[in-house]
Amino acid sequence: MRLFPVLLALALAAALTFLTLPVVAIFVDSSPAELIDSLGEPGALDALWLSLRVTAISLAIILVVGTPAAYLLATRSFRGKAIVVTLVELPLVLPPAVAGIALLAAVGPSGILGGAVEATGIELTLQTAGVVVALTFVASPFYIRQAMAAFAAVDRTLMDASRTLGASEARGFFRVMIPTALPGLTAGTALATGRALGEFGATLMFAGSFQGITQTVPLAIYDRFSTNFDSALALSAVLVAVSAAILLSVKLVHGSEALGGAPG
Amino acid sequence: MAGLLLVGFCAGCGDDEDSSSPRLVVSAASSMTVALTACSPDFDAADVRLQFAGSDELAAQIRQGVKPDVYAAANTKLPDELNKEDLLSKPVEFTTNELVIAVPKGSEIQSVEDLGADGVKLAIGSESVPIGSYTREVVARLPKAEADAILANVRSNEPDVKGIVGKLTQGAADAGFVYVTDVNAAGDELRAVKQPADLEPDVTYAAGVVKGAKQPDQARAFVGGLTDGGCADALEQAGFGAP
Repeated sequence: MRLFPVLLALALAAALTFLTLPVVAIFVDSSPAELIDSLGEPGALDALWLSLRVTAISLAIILVVGTPAAYLLATRSFRGKAIVVTLVELPLVLPPAVAGIALLAAVGPSGILGGAVEATGIELTLQTAGVVVALTFVASPFYIRQAMAAFAAVDRTLMDASRTLGASEARGFFRVMIPTALPGLTAGTALATGRALGEFGATLMFAGSFQGITQTVPLAIYDRFSTNFDSALALSAVLVAVSAAILLSVKLVHGSEALGGAPG
Repeated sequence: MAGLLLVGFCAGCGDDEDSSSPRLVVSAASSMTVALTACSPDFDAADVRLQFAGSDELAAQIRQGVKPDVYAAANTKLPDELNKEDLLSKPVEFTTNELVIAVPKGSEIQSVEDLGADGVKLAIGSESVPIGSYTREVVARLPKAEADAILANVRSNEPDVKGIVGKLTQGAADAGFVYVTDVNAAGDELRAVKQPADLEPDVTYAAGVVKGAKQPDQARAFVGGLTDGGCADALEQAGFGAP
């Protein structure tokens, strides 16, 4: 009789245990004192500061370019739109190693656009700018996808009403669409931030690993993995705490539907 | 990381196709990829599963409770440490390698002195991996000003040799320190610049049987075959030296 609800509860319990146990283990295995000590190690604060900087820069790029692009995709229909959307979303399912190879093949020094990049005087590989490129590449689809869904869910009559009242499309975009879609946009921002903060493979392959220049927190964790497991654990705990804080603050600002219930 | 996943994955798959011959899990330093991949199919006593990663990474896995049957490292330090911690049998030194400067084929770099020049971009091993500590050993033997100039040109501390080779073949870095066998494995893409013998570090590889190995007898046979047998020949062919 009541078997189905029990099965549902069991499935949730299994999922919850599986997903939280490793994260809990990070905190159980590292004491708060060790956590603070690990931040005092050479390179740890550099890595944290670098991670926050490059994440902020790529997020700014993603928001400025991704928001209008997502709006266009959500509000227009045109031939081949499905293909365009698929191409934009493709990095979502690319393994990080593929992203790293792809970036090298595209804009690395020997890549198809390597000469053009060099001509502008910008150096990407082994530089902080390269980390920003890697983060932007892997994180932007997370935002654009969510933003498209948020714009598509806005009631068309709102926009039509603003057009009838004589407002331009640009005005409607800023005054109507963005405020209405804001919970979805924020959720997309949070997901992209989490992905950018955690980026590892593409960064290592494309930008390398150097303290203060390209060694973000995930790279610093990997560097410590073999020599100092405790320190790797503590730095992991810091990254988990920062990521959890981002998720939580989005939920608090926009209510739980911002991340849980947004369509798409 | 991929290695951990691999071990976890295969712990779950249980016995499959060939139940007659036991499965021997060999964790070996990445630099032996070509040689061991070539000789393992000829190892009759067991079905060899090779797992390649940085020696330090593999040692960290063993310390975290991962149990391959054989551990073959790119140095003697890590096997000795594991032996002292009672995680590995007494290590056997089985081969040697040579640290060289690797440059893309068209490069004008001719000697270690050229590495300190302005604008030369170096990718070397991270301090925590054997290739990185050997590199720092070599650089430390140079006059201080020269050593400082070289270290100031380091743009990336890579977690393994693959990262260094990749940065060189893709033109992201101008030079790096790798093993001579890595230059051989990269084909025509890279050229090795040998350094004076007095700078050359002693790069000796050692292997042992992991304590608690599922196939201790086959593991001992495999380690023996590294000094004398099919795998010893394959190592020599890849450019490794006699122990």
